[in-house]
Parts: sequence; structure tokens; C-alpha cells
Amino acid sequence: MSGFRVLQVGPVVSVQDMGRPGLLERGISQGGAADVLALAEGAALLRQDAGLAALEMGGLGGTFEATGAMRIALTGAPMLATLDGAALAWNASHLVAAGQKLVIGAARRGVYGYLHLGGGIETDRVLGSRAAHLMGGIGRAIQAGDVLPAGPDTGHETGLGIGAEDRFSGGALRIVESFQTSLFPADVRERFGATAFTRGGRANRMGVEMVSDGAGFSAAGQLNILSEVIAPGDVQMTGDGKPFVLLRECQTTGGYPRIGTVLPCDLARVAQAGNGAALRFDWVSLQEGLEIQARYEAHVKSLPSRCASLVRDPADMADLLSYQLISGAVSAGADPFDIGENT
Amino acid sequence: MGKGGQLEFPVIRTVGLQGMLVTFADALSEPSNRATLAFQAALADVAMDGVVETSTSLASVFVRFDPGSVSHDQVRAQLQTLLAARDWYSAALPEGRRFWRVPTVYGTDLAPQLAEAADAAGMSEAQAIDSLGSARVRVLTIGFAASQPYLGTLGEEWDLPRQTALTPMVPSGALVQAIRQFVLFTAPAPTGWRHVGQTGMRLFRPEREDPFALRAGDEMIFEPVARADFLRLRERDPDSGGAIMTEIAS
Repeated sequence: MSGFRVLQVGPVVSVQDMGRPGLLERGISQGGAADVLALAEGAALLRQDAGLAALEMGGLGGTFEATGAMRIALTGAPMLATLDGAALAWNASHLVAAGQKLVIGAARRGVYGYLHLGGGIETDRVLGSRAAHLMGGIGRAIQAGDVLPAGPDTGHETGLGIGAEDRFSGGALRIVESFQTSLFPADVRERFGATAFTRGGRANRMGVEMVSDGAGFSAAGQLNILSEVIAPGDVQMTGDGKPFVLLRECQTTGGYPRIGTVLPCDLARVAQAGNGAALRFDWVSLQEGLEIQARYEAHVKSLPSRCASLVRDPADMADLLSYQLISGAVSAGADPFDIGENT
Repeated sequence: MGKGGQLEFPVIRTVGLQGMLVTFADALSEPSNRATLAFQAALADVAMDGVVETSTSLASVFVRFDPGSVSHDQVRAQLQTLLAARDWYSAALPEGRRFWRVPTVYGTDLAPQLAEAADAAGMSEAQAIDSLGSARVRVLTIGFAASQPYLGTLGEEWDLPRQTALTPMVPSGALVQAIRQFVLFTAPAPTGWRHVGQTGMRLFRPEREDPFALRAGDEMIFEPVARADFLRLRERDPDSGGAIMTEIAS
């Protein structure tokens, strides 16, 4: 069977898919890939379903030996990748032969890179998903010696590239009011939107700390409110008024008040912000938020049509794909995102 | 709350872009918790358009929907209609509830914040163990982590605020306390609640056919045992640390 044997691997590497929707009442958040857009980009490159599982690599990849011929794609935070020593383009699909060695290094920007296999990674499902949910006690991080089996692959095409939206360096996060926003005085909400934040040192698949100069952001009755449901994107203020943006693997309920909710389409930008990246929050109305999210969903649907052949030797394409396409030179004209606002 | 004054319950509010929250009270009470459980059960029967899933918290029902297939206005109108259909505060508790007696170590190195919690409640450690160890509490909701219960309601003396700083890590099976409730932890996690007791309960067993130990409405007592006895019980019964479960006749 095709797949990869894991020879060496970084500390925060796990199998991820779209997660487990529908288990909130059991106390299990949806989880799944920290950057679901990267999952969709990989699926588009391999012409396969975005629900298939891929390998999520936090900060650092690993060394993988192919146990059979297969197609792969690389998406998310750009990392240095070589196949038997030859450089591989990121945001692209490639053919791998049995016995070849794939080496994926550290992220050059951003946090989470993704390795996709033709046919997906076909590990056993738990509660309907292959995603590790470390907070929920489901699955575990990948270790050296593990095998990543590929599912049946019906596609053949490789050598495609895609211009990925740059979400790897922080930027603006669009945020809507939520049911606890009114616990925060109007001046605190305004100051929150006007504050320059950097990503703090405490960040994982559950949430990301935001650090700023000056006073914290506290709500009325901060320590005594009832525990309530959490939506991914909620910006929670811990006891000292320090914001955490909660991600898809967050807890399902919590008692710390939340000032608002970052739009689902901007969560990849939160997860992918490297330590120290500059971030800010832009308040938008519910209606604006719905429109922005609908544009994002249309963009995701259009991804398969945005893949194009790598016209040159993939080894020569690495820099082109990692820098020129992502910066918007190629994709900005047709891209429904407001890429220019986000730098 | 806010400048608009008090909320009138039940109230419907948005949760981010894709959710709505029906809240029956802003403080924990027996009728609002029963209303919450009954309203969620009714939503499951109605099968509203565009609804992806529902869940409960202590006094609220959360409805997640797809705004691409149903508008906020439509969801809100359907929820209002269902709210008006009956007096939810007088609803009965769900059927099929169970009663759990759970051997628990209070204090010691296994639950190092008992002394601090007792002090905050104005009690000696022995009084705190008597009080917490004899309280029959109910699973008010499942949340935070897989199969993790919020349990209440404890007496007024246990209306302690959360800590301003997080306890960096409590282990699986930890019994923590704040705001007239316990939480029993499924997996190791940081918490703002105080770690007063330790149990051997494994609440989530993903390898099992029925992975979830508890249901909303179940009742529990955390009976004090000596540290040495607890360690023996946990070794003999790694799944539930000697807990005994019986059905509650309805």
C-alpha cells in the first residue's frame, strides 16, 4: 500500500481533516485543521474531496519515506521541502515514487504547513473523523515510526500550482459582536479595535494569546458570569483582561467573557500568525461579516479552477510560488479577498 | 447588563456569525436548567431548517446554523415561536438519569487547593470536606471538554469567584470548584477553578462503543476517602476509580 513511513518528525505534527461537527453537546469541539483553507487548497491541487485527511505540521515538518508511488501536495505555511534532495515547490502537487525520501523543514513564514496524499491519509476514524483532537483526548501527535497510509487515489494529475492567499504574517482580523459583547463598556470595545497587538508566546491549536501595551480589556462581573457556549473565533478575556482568540480545537464552554467573534474566514490568519506577528481587530457589522464570509466560501469553491500547471521544472518554481504568487502579483486581480488590506 | 438595563428572559442573542443562543436566566437556578434541557429536546423534535447542531450550557441552548441556507431572521422567528409554545421553566427533568457515588480524595498533594477554597468559604478543611463530600449534585450541562460535567448546585457558601490567575494544570479526574458548582475534568487542562478533590473517573473512553460516561441530568456524590484507599481503588478500577452507578427511578 502507498503511504509514508515517518522517519523523523517535528513535535506538533498530527493528522487533521475538517473535524467532528455535531458533538458540541458531548463537550467535543469541532477541531480539525487549524487552517482549513490549506486543506481545501490541497484538495484542489489533487482534484479530490476537501474532507480527506492530511498531515498538519506545526512549525516543523519531518522526514518521510514513500512506501509506494503516490501523488502529494504541499500547502499552508511555506516550508522548505525536498524530494531525494531536489527542491519541491510549495502550494503545488507532485508525484512521488516508492522509496523516495521527502524532507520538510521549518516554516519560513506562518505556523502550520500541510502534506496531502492522493486519496487522503486513511487512518482509522474515531467518532466520524481522523483528526487528532489533543484537547479532547482523541488521537495523538505523530511520532517517528508511524505509518501514514494513503487511501485509494482515483486522480492522476500532478504538477499543478495554486496562488495561495497570504495569511502567514498576521494582519487585520474582522470581528463581529456576540452575546457577551455588551458586558464590555463601549470605550473598552473601541480601545480593543484601536489597539496594535502581537501574537504572544502562548499559542496552540486551541487558542492564541494576543499581547499589547497598556491596560487589559475587562468586562463587568468578569469572574462570576455563567459558563457559556464558545464559538471558534471568540476572543476571550482571561482574569487579567488579556485576550485569547479561540480556535477550532477550543473548549466548548467557558466562563471568561468574550468581547466578540472573529469571522471563520479569518481564523487561518490567527492560527498562522508566527510568534510576534502584528495583528489588529476590525469591528464589522453582522451583515458585513456575513457578506465577507460568503465571499470567502465562494473563493473556496473556486479553488479547483485556480490551479494551473507548473510550466517549468518544479525545482525552479519553489521561489516563484512561495513569494511572487502569494504576494498577490498573480492572483490579486481575480481574487475576491481584499488582499491589499491585510498586509 | 450593558447600558440597556436588565435583560428579559428568555432572551435570544447571536453567537458569532453562525449561531444563536436562547438564554433562560443569567444566574443558575433549578427551573432555568430544566427549561434548558427541555427546550433542547424540543428543538431536536422540531428539526428546524438550516440548523446544524444544538447544545446546552447551564441556562442556555445554543443553535448553530448555516447562514447560507437560512437567515438570522428566520432562525430567530422559529425560536420565538417554539419559546411561546409552553412554559419551559416548569418542564420535567429528562428520563433515564443515573446516580453516581464517586470515591474522592479531598486535599493532600492530589488536590492541593482544598485549603485555599475552604478558607475562601470561611470553613476549616474538615468542614469543607463534610460539606462538599455530602452534597448531592446534578450534571447541569456537559461542556468545555468531552463528557465533562458542570455540577450543582452547591450552597451559598460555595459561591466563590474564579481565580484571577489560571491553575496551570489539573489532571484527568480532578474535581474543581467555583461559583456554587463543581467541574470534574476529563483530561489534563489549565483552569481558573480551584482543585479541591481528586477522583479516578475516566469520563471519555473513545475506544468504547458508548464513549461518554455521563449525561445531563445524572446525579453525583463525591464521597471522601483516604488517600491510600483512593490509590488502591484507582489501581483496581482504572476506568472509574471505584465509582458506583445506579439508575434513578423516574
